Amino acid sequence: MAIKFTTEPQNARILSVGAYRPARSVPNSELVERIESSDEWIQQRTGIESRRFAAADESLIDMATHSSLQAISRAGLTPEDIDAVIFATISYPYQAPSAATELLTRLNNSTAAAFDISAACAGFCYAVALANDIVRSRNAKNVLVVGAEKLSDFTDPDDRATAFIFADGAGSVVIGPSQDVGIGPTVWGANSETRDAILLEPSYLEYKNNPDRTELPWPNIAQQGQTVFRWAVYEIAPIALRALEGAGLTPETLDVFIPHQANDRIIDSLVKSMKLPDSVVVARDIRTSGNTSSASIPLAMDALLAERPDLHGKSALLVGFGAGLVYAGQVVELPPVPKST
Amino acid sequence: MALTQDAVLAGIKEIVVEVAGIDAGIIAMDKKFTDDLDVDSLSMVEVVVAAEEKFGVKIPDEEVTKMATIGDAVNFIVNNS
Repeated sequence: MAIKFTTEPQNARILSVGAYRPARSVPNSELVERIESSDEWIQQRTGIESRRFAAADESLIDMATHSSLQAISRAGLTPEDIDAVIFATISYPYQAPSAATELLTRLNNSTAAAFDISAACAGFCYAVALANDIVRSRNAKNVLVVGAEKLSDFTDPDDRATAFIFADGAGSVVIGPSQDVGIGPTVWGANSETRDAILLEPSYLEYKNNPDRTELPWPNIAQQGQTVFRWAVYEIAPIALRALEGAGLTPETLDVFIPHQANDRIIDSLVKSMKLPDSVVVARDIRTSGNTSSASIPLAMDALLAERPDLHGKSALLVGFGAGLVYAGQVVELPPVPKST
Repeated sequence: MALTQDAVLAGIKEIVVEVAGIDAGIIAMDKKFTDDLDVDSLSMVEVVVAAEEKFGVKIPDEEVTKMATIGDAVNFIVNNS
């Protein structure tokens, strides 16, 4: 028998973006004592001046609900219009059911397809790639993509390598049908031989099988900063350029560059290696948001569009990279002026 | 073909000037990356990545931590090219 499948592709684009930043802004001065560091050292190494930490009783899903309702409203849609939810995160504290289904309950939409993905700081770009393919193949009309993290729950405030880097926040986009191609081909992959450069450990089982907990801490992020920095500055620029080329653009014809906000020095290095001209607007949300992993790109996109409304509808190169080590990049058309605030 | 010390030093100078934004005149074999040239650990990574590309050598992380001076880097590259 022949299985039938609708073959005519449906073009897709980002219809809207929404963001949620927790209220509490935490300056470097609040963290430095426990890690024997200084505001100057942190700013020089990372560009981070402050970051947002969620309140103790504010959950990952609380944050994701805010950013998602904003994105859905800005697209001129209601939660019932969402056919699928892809939730990129590494900090949802349940193995099952998924963060995506908990979000559905908050949106009062009980029926959309919903699942989580684990691709760390590349999670948002992985999810955009999937959402684009889902819309193109007509398996869903409107896909809600969420990148959200509450990394303060999984960061050791005494770890000199990570305490000042990671932060909390949520970003959402709605990806839906469009007249023209609004999302270019994705360049993605992994360098899994450096898998141990960023880890969340111990595992659930190690924790369970060690009842007295004496030697075994709660799972926190551990990062080999220089290994990750080296990988990022060496490997990511060529990947981003391939994504640009795949979309038929060049550094000269690109409008905006929104890399994962890992470290301002990595962003500097990427801009230099890719030879991006001054005409390209570069997102630098890291300075006041820290590294929010899967949330960093939509948060940076939202901040940029709030500051520069003229950038709505312009071309933007997104590239995410992180624990795995995994990466993904694609060119998108930034969402149009919102249908509601 | 092995690279000469002079050729590698000239190449390293170019890289350090580009990465650290300092004057080429003060770069010499005995200068320390951190103390004399203000090249911090992350800039050092950028220098190493650029040097690997320029000279076609592999510089492992454990070697990078041993490179205190310009001369240490130049000699490693000359001996491993």
